[in-house]
Amino acid sequence: MLLAGGQGSRLGVLTSDVAKPAVSFGGKYRIIDFPLSNCINSGIDTVGVLTQYQPLVLNSHIGIGIPWDLDRNSGGVTILPPYERSDNSEWYTGTANAIYQNLKYMESYEPDYVLILSGDHIYKMDYEAMLDFHKLNGADVTIAAIPVPMEEASRFGIVVTDDKRRITEFEEKPAKPSSNLASMGIYIFSWEVLKDALIALKNQSNCDFGKHIIPYCFDKKKNLYAYEFNDYWKDVGTLGSYWEANMELIDLIPEFNLYEEFWKIYTKQATIEPQYISGSAYVEKAIISAGAEIYGTVKNCVIGAGVVIGEGTEVHDSIIMAGTKIGEHCYIEKAIIAEDCVLGDNITMGAGEEAPSELNESVYSFGLVTVGAKSVIPSGVTIGKNTAIKGETSEDEYPDGKLPAGGFIVKGGDEK
Amino acid sequence: MKAIGIVLAGGDSKRMQNLSDKRAVSAMEISCSYRAIDFVLSNMTNSGIQTVAVLSQFNARSLNAHLNSSKWWNFGRKQGGLFLFTPTITPDNSWWYRGTADAMWQNINFLKERHEPYVIIASGDCVYKLDYNDMLDYHIAKQADVTIACAKLPEWEDGKRYGVVQLDDKGEVISFEEKPLAPKSDIVSAGIYIIRRRTLIELLEQCNEEGRYNFVTDVFMRMTGSKKIAGYKIPGYWSNIASVEGYYRTNMDFLKKDVRDFFFHEDPPIYSKSYDLPPAKYNNGANVKNSLVASGCIINGTIENSVVFKKVFIGTNSVIKNSLVLNGAYIGDDVYLENCIVESNETILNGSRYVGEEGNIKIVAEKRNRYDLMSEDKGSGEE
Repeated sequence: MLLAGGQGSRLGVLTSDVAKPAVSFGGKYRIIDFPLSNCINSGIDTVGVLTQYQPLVLNSHIGIGIPWDLDRNSGGVTILPPYERSDNSEWYTGTANAIYQNLKYMESYEPDYVLILSGDHIYKMDYEAMLDFHKLNGADVTIAAIPVPMEEASRFGIVVTDDKRRITEFEEKPAKPSSNLASMGIYIFSWEVLKDALIALKNQSNCDFGKHIIPYCFDKKKNLYAYEFNDYWKDVGTLGSYWEANMELIDLIPEFNLYEEFWKIYTKQATIEPQYISGSAYVEKAIISAGAEIYGTVKNCVIGAGVVIGEGTEVHDSIIMAGTKIGEHCYIEKAIIAEDCVLGDNITMGAGEEAPSELNESVYSFGLVTVGAKSVIPSGVTIGKNTAIKGETSEDEYPDGKLPAGGFIVKGGDEK
Repeated sequence: MKAIGIVLAGGDSKRMQNLSDKRAVSAMEISCSYRAIDFVLSNMTNSGIQTVAVLSQFNARSLNAHLNSSKWWNFGRKQGGLFLFTPTITPDNSWWYRGTADAMWQNINFLKERHEPYVIIASGDCVYKLDYNDMLDYHIAKQADVTIACAKLPEWEDGKRYGVVQLDDKGEVISFEEKPLAPKSDIVSAGIYIIRRRTLIELLEQCNEEGRYNFVTDVFMRMTGSKKIAGYKIPGYWSNIASVEGYYRTNMDFLKKDVRDFFFHEDPPIYSKSYDLPPAKYNNGANVKNSLVASGCIINGTIENSVVFKKVFIGTNSVIKNSLVLNGAYIGDDVYLENCIVESNETILNGSRYVGEEGNIKIVAEKRNRYDLMSEDKGSGEE
């Protein structure tokens, strides 16, 4: 059961039209490709994807699951949105509440075990090895956990185990953590235990795995084990960590390697044609996806499919997502530009000093320029750091042709 | 669409030199992401043809691997489908395909069991985009017995390896010469025919009784004079890849913006099998100019005026000029390549130098075993 309904509000304008799991990553992928590919690579061929926030892109991306070989005669991928019932219709109010509302879906497959995943992380993991661990220990619940630096441990749900990895304590975001093993939000439940807990807590408001289900199982003296995972696992919850995780892919030998034959990551690929690097282009330290046409200079960038970068334009340390067209003689530094944007000519982006964001200081920092999907930016404007742009903007919205550092132009509504 | 498709994925071609050692010509890689047969299959599916038979017998492994699922071209349907027919032994027949007509005759039950009134026969080694509906409308309007698609040859090539066609001003074929020594025109057969299914069945049966096996010489050319043959000019780009020069130039054509726009950006698209490769990676030291690069490549060197296919690795300080580097090739450090075609999965040792000439492209096929080389390297302690 893959939880994919979250907004991921700390990604700012990147998630104004799409759920966080549908945000592009690494040029050609979307975040949800990682858990979905992990599923099929681990031999899990029945996957329910729970959607709620802005599901359009997610739905069309997943379709009937062809890219992940999840188009099956039995099982396969099923999209599970909230639905109306004769009594008490409600949205998914929490992670466990969402799973509870789909008890019938799970029951129809008569499972022995249920794996709960979230669509928020970049990692490669063999869930089958985790299940073997679960069976070997005769566990009721197994929680995947990763060691984190002690000083960050208070941001996570922390598990404390004995030497056999049996969980002896569970602390949700503790002020003084007693271990550094953080829950990754990946759980394996033996079916009867999960069903019992979900039904027992069905009236719990905002019922959540970390806050309610796990403590409930713990109190009922169930066998809880921690499965330690010691590989690459990246939360891309903030613009800063999202930008960093993308930039790590262009290292000479990236820590997270997409070029291995083993454990491939699958995605829906609409663009298959080659990329063209013109005679006037210069590309160094970058990954570039299919169908891109580069006429300018690209350094330290992640470039999505079908992107066009005009002649004389320089792009540094940026993420440009699929379908975006950038005009000529622009200078772009440390920007995240989402899908299908159109940028004019002679635009300067990410120049000058930093200033705190006037829109939301905790979201738009890290010195980044963030541009939402399908935005239009007119020629000749200068855009400072920690800025946000979303929607079709025109010259008169940039006084003196400028959007100063920390500024924003975010257009909402259904029209644009 | 009132037609079924037959793709003649033939064969060997001496003009491909050792490029066809590894695969049928129609399985040759084109423009990084495609194989030659993708163009005809995409044209067929985009024209609404639901049922396509591919006939092949020469070195079909690579082709077969490419066609192992029909879903990429939207042929995986209850109605219709994609069929690969290679020769089989039956109580009545133990021959290989003795020619293109024989290949169709050996599969005549496939033709008999369909209900569509027309058949579109096309070869699998041409690069073009065509709506066969337009050609069928033309065929019907001309009240022709058979319509053959024609294309103008590029200037660098003459008609010696083609069927050369002469058309009158009404668009009817007045003469057809197969591989003439002295071609009378630069209009050649594009290897695409439209004919009524029942007529084709009759002609094939008659042909077999007479012990004739070749579609062009024994069926089509014998119709000239007695039947009405219309010539349909292909409006856009068309190229045949069944010679080293043709193959090289066709790939190089994709460096031109108008050719890329025509195939990549104008509807309808050309489909191919998806390989789920990561984006191409350019490391420090990469310097790429006027080149096409496929997904899955890792580039550390210089590439100019070249087409670099899928999953190619290019080492530090290497220079690739005016060359095609086919799928999965590994080019070591300090290599110099000019006017070459590097065969797929080749391993080019550090410091090697291969130089061909314009008009005489060098095919690099050393067939080294990469993993043996790697273990040797370890033994001697060399880089």
